[in-house]
Amino acid sequence: MGWRVVVDEVLCQGHEVCEAEAPGVFEVGTDHKVRILRAEPDAAERSAVELAVKYCPTHALKIVDD
Amino acid sequence: MHRPPRVSGGDDATGHLEELRHDPIGLMSRVRAECGDVGMFQLADREVVLLTGAEANEFFFRAEEEDLDQAAAYPFMTPIFGEGVVFDAPPERRREMLHNQALRDKFMRGHAETIAGEVERMVAGWDDEGTIDLLEWFAELTIYTSSACLIGQRFREELDGRFARHYHDLEQGTDAIAFVDPYADIESFRRRDAARVALVELVQEIMDRRAQDGDDLPAGTDKDLLDVLMSIRNEDGSPRFTADEVTGMFISMMFAGHHTTSGTAAWTLIELLRHPATLAAVTAEVDGLFAEGGTAGTGTVSYQALREIELLESSLKEALRLHPPLILLLRLATTDLEVEGVVISAGQLVGASPAVSNRLPEAFPDADEFVPERYLEPRAEDVANPWNWIPFGAGRHRCVGAAFAMMQLKAIFLVLLRDWEFELAQPPGSYRNDHSKMVVQLAQPCEVVYRRRSR
Repeated sequence: MGWRVVVDEVLCQGHEVCEAEAPGVFEVGTDHKVRILRAEPDAAERSAVELAVKYCPTHALKIVDD
Repeated sequence: MHRPPRVSGGDDATGHLEELRHDPIGLMSRVRAECGDVGMFQLADREVVLLTGAEANEFFFRAEEEDLDQAAAYPFMTPIFGEGVVFDAPPERRREMLHNQALRDKFMRGHAETIAGEVERMVAGWDDEGTIDLLEWFAELTIYTSSACLIGQRFREELDGRFARHYHDLEQGTDAIAFVDPYADIESFRRRDAARVALVELVQEIMDRRAQDGDDLPAGTDKDLLDVLMSIRNEDGSPRFTADEVTGMFISMMFAGHHTTSGTAAWTLIELLRHPATLAAVTAEVDGLFAEGGTAGTGTVSYQALREIELLESSLKEALRLHPPLILLLRLATTDLEVEGVVISAGQLVGASPAVSNRLPEAFPDADEFVPERYLEPRAEDVANPWNWIPFGAGRHRCVGAAFAMMQLKAIFLVLLRDWEFELAQPPGSYRNDHSKMVVQLAQPCEVVYRRRSR
C-alpha cells in the first residue's frame, strides 16, 4: 500500500516545523511556503513525516494512504 | 441570500454591549441557539456576525487577511501595546512577525529546562504546606517563564513581582467598552494606563543601568533581546528605540502567551483536583518518566518523552477545550462575503467562539464533562474536529505558540506533580472565570492547598 503527503497551501504559513522534523521530505524557502521534496517518501521516513503532520502549527499537512 | 439574523435582547442604544461585558458565553450560546451557524449581535453601532460550527468556522479560519482583517478587530489592544505595535502594523509586517525565532522547535529543549527551573525557583519559597492563589501564582510564574524564553535570562533576572502586578493591570484593562471608546474614563482603563507608565519606568531603569555599565556583560551572562535592541542606533548615534517602544514590544511579545498559559495551568490543576482518578493516573505517568532518569528539572526527561506524555497532554487539551483562554476571536470584514447563504457586509465584525464551538455536542459527546480520554486513539476528537476543537484557533492564523504553550504547561506540571500534592481549598464548583474583561481570568478567590509529597 502506497502513501503520500499533501499540503494545504491556503493554510501553510511556512513555520518550518515540518522541515525540522523531516528535512529529507520538506523544504521551506524564503517565501515562507513549503515545498514537498518527495511526495512519496520511503517507508523509513513515515514516522518523521507523521511528526511533521502532528506538529505543523497550522495543520496544513496530511498523509494520504492509497 | 439574506443578512444574518439578529439575536434577541440588546434593545437599548448600546445593543448587547452590557451582556457581552457580563455574560459573553451566555450571549454567544444564545446566538447559536436562536440564529444557527451565522447570527448577529450588536455593540453600539457596530454589528458582530458570530460564526459557530464546523462549516462556518472553516470559512472564518481559511479567510484571507485581505478579506477578514485582524488589525481593526481588537481596539482594546492598542492602548496596551502602544502605537505601531502588532495590530496597527500592516499585514505584511505582521506576517513577518509571525515567524518568531524564539518559538522555533530547535529552541524548545532549552525552553523546557528554563521553565522547569523557574517553577523550582517559585516553589523554593514554599513551606511544607500552605495555600496559594492560583491566579496570582501562575500569573507571576508565567511572567518569569515568558520573559526568560522570549526576551532572555538576563532580562528575566531584573524582574520581580512588581512587573507581574503591573502586567495584570494591563490585562484587566480590556473592558469591552473599548469597542465604543478605548480611552473611556473608567477605572480599569485608568489603571491600565498607569500600569503601562510604570512598566516603561521599570524598563527605563534597566536600560539606564545597562547604559551606565557599558558593554561589559557580567561573567556567565548572555546578551538578551534588550541588549540587541539597545545596540541599534540612528545615523546620528542616538538610540533607535525609546524605553516606551521597547516596553511596547515586550508587552506584545509576552501578551499572547501570558494570561493564556497562566489560566490554562490553573484550570488544568482545578480539573485534575475535581477528578482524582485522572490526577492519580497523570501523577503515575509523571513518576514513570522520572523513574527512568534522575530528578533534576526536566533535564533527565528526553524532549521526545516530554512531547509524548499522553495523559498529561490529554488533560491539558481538555482543560483548554472546557476553559479556552480566548472566548471570542474577531476579524473585520473589509469586503462583502458570503457564508452558508448569509451575506456578511463590509464593516461588520466577524467572530468565532472557542467557548461555544469547543462544547458542541455533535462534535464532543458529554461536551460539558472533563473527559481526557476523548483525545486517545481511536477517538482523537481534536484531530477529528479540526474546525470545532479550536482553543488555539485554527487555519492560517492558528496560534503560532501552541507547541511552545503545550511544552511549557507540561514542564510546569512535571515539576509540580513530582514534588507536590494539591487539594482544593474551596468547594469544587466555586472556581470560575471572570468574564467582565475581554481577557478572561480566574475570578478570586481561587485558592488551593499545596503539600510536599512524602516519599
